[in-house]
Amino acid sequence: MSMAEAVSTKRTFPAGGEVIRCQDVHKWYGEFHVLRNINLSVQKGERIVICGPSGSGKSTLIRCLNRLEEHQKGNIIVDGIELTGNLKNIELVRREVGMVFQHFNLFPHLTVLENCTLAPIWVRKKPKAEAEELAMKYLKRVRIAEQAHKYPGQLSGGQQQRVAIARSLCMNPKVMLFDEPTSALDPEMVKEVLDVMIGLAEDGMTMLCVTHEMGFAKSVADRVIFMDRGEIVEQNTPNEFFNSPQSDRTKLFLSQILNH
Amino acid sequence: MTENVHTGSIPDERPPANTVGPIAWLRNNLFNSWYNALLTILIIYGLARAIPPLLDWLIFHANAIGTTPQECRANGGACWTFVSEKLRFILFGTFPYEQQWRPLVTIAIIIALVLISCDRRFWKPWLGLAWVAGIAAVAILMWGGVFGLSYVENTLWGGLPLTLMLSVIGLSVAFPASILLALGRRSQLPAIRVVSVTYIELIRGVPLISLLFMASVMFPLFLPTGVNIDKLLRAQIAFIMFAAAYMAEAIRGGLQAIPKGQYEAADALGLNYWQGMRKIILPQALAISIPPLVNTFISFFKDTSLVIIIGLYDLLGTAKAALSDPAWRGFYREAYLFIGVIYWVFCFSMSKYSQKLERDLRRGHRR
Ligand SMILES: Nc1ncnc2c1ncn2[C@@H]1O[C@H](COP(=O)(O)OP(=O)(O)O)[C@@H](O)[C@H]1O
Ligand SMILES: [Mg+2]
Repeated sequence: MSMAEAVSTKRTFPAGGEVIRCQDVHKWYGEFHVLRNINLSVQKGERIVICGPSGSGKSTLIRCLNRLEEHQKGNIIVDGIELTGNLKNIELVRREVGMVFQHFNLFPHLTVLENCTLAPIWVRKKPKAEAEELAMKYLKRVRIAEQAHKYPGQLSGGQQQRVAIARSLCMNPKVMLFDEPTSALDPEMVKEVLDVMIGLAEDGMTMLCVTHEMGFAKSVADRVIFMDRGEIVEQNTPNEFFNSPQSDRTKLFLSQILNH
Repeated sequence: MTENVHTGSIPDERPPANTVGPIAWLRNNLFNSWYNALLTILIIYGLARAIPPLLDWLIFHANAIGTTPQECRANGGACWTFVSEKLRFILFGTFPYEQQWRPLVTIAIIIALVLISCDRRFWKPWLGLAWVAGIAAVAILMWGGVFGLSYVENTLWGGLPLTLMLSVIGLSVAFPASILLALGRRSQLPAIRVVSVTYIELIRGVPLISLLFMASVMFPLFLPTGVNIDKLLRAQIAFIMFAAAYMAEAIRGGLQAIPKGQYEAADALGLNYWQGMRKIILPQALAISIPPLVNTFISFFKDTSLVIIIGLYDLLGTAKAALSDPAWRGFYREAYLFIGVIYWVFCFSMSKYSQKLERDLRRGHRR
């Protein structure tokens, strides 16, 4: 299970260098050791699914990648910039890293269009007209352009999550992080969001996705990472991961989620 | 009524007669239990005792404008001549009589500024400039000394312009300050947090009156001899300090109500602290804080009347001074009713406006 094996054979785009590197990353919440010895390298264009039991530190890990959480030991390098206390660097990383949250976190006081143009206008300093054009392009892509002038509260959960994806895409991120993007949705809405994510993957977006949608992992991921108790226990291609898991913890986890 | 969605076999019926109409309303609202019935009867009795004499004094036995004070006293009804006679003194205080158009224009400018600021379509950068220009115009009008206007010392200012200037200038400076204090209180930086908390808790722990006394009596002690800050300015500063602390707490309540996810989404998009606050957090937090903020605005507007204790003549002060005219002694009711109505009109407008603003901001937003 070396790095070389883990990098997928399925990729339709050539690897374009390393986008994320974590070296011996540790994090504590007070006394609680939530991330332990995380080593991870993500190549450009790679699609990675992270799974594991609840509380295993999946959210914490991807939130460290854009410094929504601070790590206490080790190095995290994103897009060539090391994440430290340096606020300027953090902002530089964040504008290249899109994030989609479990609970969407759209801005309720802004329309769908304003949600999407805000960061391009204020962070990328784009003119308003250009930002709106860009926003409409991505809203079309997530198939919700006709709702552009509504407020988030007027949309269904699935629609809100698609807007949240479009909002991130408007920043032209180099990497997209997804933290259980479908687990707050009613079952009939999961597919519309997964379809958008599959579309992104097909277009070559570098993605790290925490999800329990194993169908998505099988069909889209280049690599599946299994976490338990703050550690990366196993990482492998979906095929190997699901058909011949190495560790007992992985086997237990898989039997639990596949049988329920 | 004819357009009926119901297509089943049971036809529409009117609700039973005893559940609709005025009789039912009375029964449901005023007589729905023996103690409510008792309360209703007591209140009706009280009103029946109080209202006729009040109307009698206010209207039926009132003295027409132009009656002399002696006639008023003999007659016993309300003496509106007092108000018409003292109107300009109550409104403008001791401002030179023939120059009183200046405070009148001042009042108009301040009210106009407040009114245009009420319309959300005008919430643009130029509005700030309009305020600066307006306040400069007010200063020129009140002080004079330029453009051929005679100089009027601010010890002669009084009445409604003083009340409006203290409250409107006070609130417009205190409001941004309170936002900074509220953000400071929730800051990640311990030094800023400690300063904000200390300031807010110190000011909130002291009555406004003692702050005004301190401003007028103690503050000069700290200044080198010869330096003398104007009494009015000191009162204005005391008010700003006081209002800022209270409003900061109202805004903090709003900030705490914003879900953590909003901060995280703003951060994740690469907005810096001030952008996130300005575009995401504050618009939502301030909308939530409107009721407590307006509460502060209203009580602060009324509290400007406390400046009387340090010898400034705001609206209440001039009304009291008008009463001390020997010829017109004793017409308290007319004087206090008159300024009471003025205060009420301003406060009620604030309250109505805030309700409208809340409705507008809520429209469409949340589920
Ligand atoms: N802010 C926090 N303070 C303290 N403990 C936390 C905090 N956030 C998460 N944790 C704990 O860290 C562990 C990992 O959390 P998380 O990364 O959210 O897990 P996952 O996303 O895998 O379910 C959990 O045990 C959780 O209770
Ligand atoms: Mg999680």
